[in-house]
Amino acid sequence: MTRHLISSADLSRQDIEDILATAASMHDLQRREVKKVPTLRGRTVINFFFEDSTRTRSSFEIAGKWMSADTINLSAKGSSTSKGESLRDTAMTIDAMAVDALVIRHNASGACHQVAQWVRASVINAGDGTHEHPTQALLDAYTLRTRLDDLEGKHVVIVGDLTHSRVFRSNVITLKKLGARVTVVAPPTLMPSGIGTWSETDGFATSWDLDAVLTADEPVDAIMMLRVQKERMSGGYFPTAREYTVGYGLTRERLEALVRRNPGVLVLHPGPMNRGLEIAADAADAPQSVVLDQVSAGVAVRMAVLYHLLAGDDAASGPLTGSAATGALPASGALASALTTMEGGALR
Amino acid sequence: MTCPDLSAPNPTSSTPADARDVMSADDIARALRRIGHEILERNKGAEGLVLLGIPSRGVPLARRLAAAISEVEGTQIPVGELDITLHRDDLRRHPVRAAHRSRIPETGIDDRVVVLVDDVLYSGRTIRAALDALSELGRPRAVRLAVLVDRGHRELPIRADHVGKNLPTSRDERIHVRLAELDGLDVVRISGGEAR
Repeated sequence: MTRHLISSADLSRQDIEDILATAASMHDLQRREVKKVPTLRGRTVINFFFEDSTRTRSSFEIAGKWMSADTINLSAKGSSTSKGESLRDTAMTIDAMAVDALVIRHNASGACHQVAQWVRASVINAGDGTHEHPTQALLDAYTLRTRLDDLEGKHVVIVGDLTHSRVFRSNVITLKKLGARVTVVAPPTLMPSGIGTWSETDGFATSWDLDAVLTADEPVDAIMMLRVQKERMSGGYFPTAREYTVGYGLTRERLEALVRRNPGVLVLHPGPMNRGLEIAADAADAPQSVVLDQVSAGVAVRMAVLYHLLAGDDAASGPLTGSAATGALPASGALASALTTMEGGALR
Repeated sequence: MTCPDLSAPNPTSSTPADARDVMSADDIARALRRIGHEILERNKGAEGLVLLGIPSRGVPLARRLAAAISEVEGTQIPVGELDITLHRDDLRRHPVRAAHRSRIPETGIDDRVVVLVDDVLYSGRTIRAALDALSELGRPRAVRLAVLVDRGHRELPIRADHVGKNLPTSRDERIHVRLAELDGLDVVRISGGEAR
């Protein structure tokens, strides 16, 4: 296992299996009276969030505290960043306080990779721009594993704003490592350009037509709806919200049709949900929905990640993951770097 | 734990060529039967007993002990397993290994007599970690310790209540416990150290 967790590609299949196994034992803790183990006593974890977040930040904080690490939250607002301090100076300042891990969310793709070059602490990517969000992919895999058992050969459909989605990128890498087949669906304007290089790899398909995917012969084991990111929606990617919902939303009708064909189908959403836009309230609250399971798994999985990165022998950890940020799927390096540098580039 | 290092249990691992058998399958079966009787005698019956095996080889031993006790008393004894990975004091000395789920019987451990079961008692650090793990799960009325082999060299003030075989060893020697459930055969071997 590497020292940092920047990209889902940093993790081997065995690393993922180990983290998910540990997460299962951490999940048991949540049902106990004493929800705390002494494992990371004396370690310090800083959550540095340059972007707003509810579930990721609070679950990292809870995860650290239940592992007995000292957890401190910083946000860009109210830190020296608002006085104009550079990311490098901020990162090195915190690192100089001898912390053990930096959990970073940043609006710039590659920020975590960059910070990892500067600091001695372990860096954990909690979402960087439109690049990756590896712990989200792990908790999605954990949630799917809990319900579907083995993911080998299972079919997961991911729908929504792929261009801006870090969740989708990490999920494709992780799910494919676990043997699942992934189909991603988006309107042409929100389909990342260059995604064709991914399509060539086995078990991965793209489509512009959600209904065609849901009614195809291939059964659907899970459908993951991505959030329409209003804060990144200045570019006129679709005419109206209503039109997006008609083409790509998980409406009640679509869910009913889907359940008729696949009774055991699971509905996932990384949150926060725009009810009525990408997912209807009926679908979000349906028995097939595992959205709250995902949140609950989030704490367990993040405890497991902290454990695997911080608990062991410092000298036994692997070397710095130098090429992590761009080393995703074999053919995806160009895609990741191309995507992360352009806003609205998919309109061409 | 066969020894206090963190090497994952490997069912296929073979013992070195210089290994000598110190307990046969029959010896192991007799020792477990005797320990079962001792536990019952000490507890004055099976009332309130819970057996918790410490992975990996403590788990099948706990199951066998429970079966032996059930045979005598005619009642089922709750058996579970207690993973101690998160409580070890040597985590920073070794590469990380995955933690596993503890399986605690539905009866819980509050006000019960918990018997911890492990294969080899050596430094005592595993048992220290197990006691910490237990205290987070509840408050047993009493905690006892049953081991198949006590090889000495304690580093903490911990002793076993029930011992299958006391085996004086040197620190250079290694004890290999092999159990049918995990390894396909029952035997305890010793290797290393000076040939005797």
